[in-house]
Amino acid sequence: MSGLVREMRGAFAFVERNINLMKRYWGWEVVWLIYSLTNALAITYIGNGMSMISGQEIDTQYVVTFLLVGALIWQYLVVIFYAISEMIAWERWEGTIEYTFMAPVSRPTHLVGTTLFAIGYGIVRTLAILGIVVAFFRLDLGDANIFGTVVMLLAGSVSFVGLGILAAVLPLLYPERGAQMTNAVAAILLLISGVYYPIESLPAWLQVVAKASPATYVIKGMRACLLEGRSTVELLPTAFTLIAIGIAVITMGLIIFRYVERYAKKSGRLTRSG
Amino acid sequence: MTTHEPVRPDRDAHTHEVDLALRIESVRKVFTRREPRKRGKPFARRKREETTALKSINLTVARGEVFGVLGPNGSGKSTLIRLLSTLLLPDSGTMHVFGHDVEQDAFAVKRMINRVSVDAAFFKKFSPIENLMYAARLYGLPAAEARPRMKEIMKRLGLEEDTFDQPMEHMSRGMQQKVAVARGFLTSPILLLLDEPTTGLDPHSKRDVQAFVREIRESHDATVLLTTHDMEEADRLCDRIAILDKGEIVALDTPEELKKLVGSKSGEATTMEDVFIELTGRSFEEAETEEVSK
Repeated sequence: MSGLVREMRGAFAFVERNINLMKRYWGWEVVWLIYSLTNALAITYIGNGMSMISGQEIDTQYVVTFLLVGALIWQYLVVIFYAISEMIAWERWEGTIEYTFMAPVSRPTHLVGTTLFAIGYGIVRTLAILGIVVAFFRLDLGDANIFGTVVMLLAGSVSFVGLGILAAVLPLLYPERGAQMTNAVAAILLLISGVYYPIESLPAWLQVVAKASPATYVIKGMRACLLEGRSTVELLPTAFTLIAIGIAVITMGLIIFRYVERYAKKSGRLTRSG
Repeated sequence: MTTHEPVRPDRDAHTHEVDLALRIESVRKVFTRREPRKRGKPFARRKREETTALKSINLTVARGEVFGVLGPNGSGKSTLIRLLSTLLLPDSGTMHVFGHDVEQDAFAVKRMINRVSVDAAFFKKFSPIENLMYAARLYGLPAAEARPRMKEIMKRLGLEEDTFDQPMEHMSRGMQQKVAVARGFLTSPILLLLDEPTTGLDPHSKRDVQAFVREIRESHDATVLLTTHDMEEADRLCDRIAILDKGEIVALDTPEELKKLVGSKSGEATTMEDVFIELTGRSFEEAETEEVSK
């Protein structure tokens, strides 16, 4: 059997396993979807009520679209982040970590399988939320550059795959608290990346940190495409920056993961939780 | 199930690398952990405690052999299995599986081994078929080949066909363990690591699993490393047995030779329990109580 076919089977094992997990925990999927949906709606309603809150005339339609784009893109990116960062945590919870790590499947293959699932799952879930949200708000995307939006989304996915790998190290290092730590990482990214406000409204020192977050560029680029109708060519430098950040973060993530996996084997941390 | 030409254990083969399934030299493993927090002192500096799981272990296992590691809980049996499974790295020493260094050539070793452990670790909401298919894909087996094979092994182990698609959380401990055994054999490993595979099973399930191990040994080119604290099981299944106590091998020979070494003081047939008492100076129950109270 060629090595490539073997690796493809290995990658598909993770896709199929995650689809099966989703089917078996469908109740949680519904709960999680309702949570994400109400979250997106609640944030967007802040924009809808902004003129009432401030008592001043503002472009409500623009603010609503601004917030909704941020909410939807964040939903997509965070799904990718969690799906990858939890690849270790799930195995610990279910008790299968030792069997997966002793199987003849390389870590990059493990990652490719998890990423393929994460991107597919993220797209389906975000489209489902979008489909429901448009029933609540009138979206004016007449000037939107849809192709540019897709380019930015794919470029942004690469960097979030890298961030997911880096975060996946935490449950490997800390069997009991690692999964909670990934939540803290996601929360910090949400704070600094300008998801619901321009990063210029942050304190100066946080603006510096914000520039290190790939989500800042994805969301800014997506808004430029959807709200301002900027051309794809104009956004190419941002897309290339994102891809470069993504490649750098993935490479760094794989190197750190390899080092930490060795440390976990040395210290006996490759065990189930509970 | 695919059968292979059986390869018998060669008693004289221990010195020939080509016939060695396993060679372990001077392997030592120490675990370090922080002492528990003291009540009322959440920020107090905690000392590190060291536990020596294995003290310079040396052993060889011949191809086709069923090799038993007998010892009480906490004697280092599972650490040995986890080292060979590439899940742990030794502090010193080397391990070779069919000539491949477990640390340096882990990927090649992973292709040759599989493991059945005392805890049947599965995705409990998945069915046996879904769990075994996941394992098959990880080992690069095509689904068309794996599906009939997994059904055949599970049937041979006495599992009813109507349980194959039921969530594993609805299955008894014995049935789950049989699926774990099926997973271990599904990938046709040439070195099978059985870490107390029958612990906690009812007598009927235990017999089924033991019979299957014997059958595999008869019909396949497989070497088995079996850890157990069931003396009768070790006596019945193993060609040779190493007695492990406090991380050290205190004796290693065939069951018959071990019994001869100790002899019978009461005039009754010598058991492996007698052998353990004679070699360690305490009974198996005492040794287990001692380890648990640590």
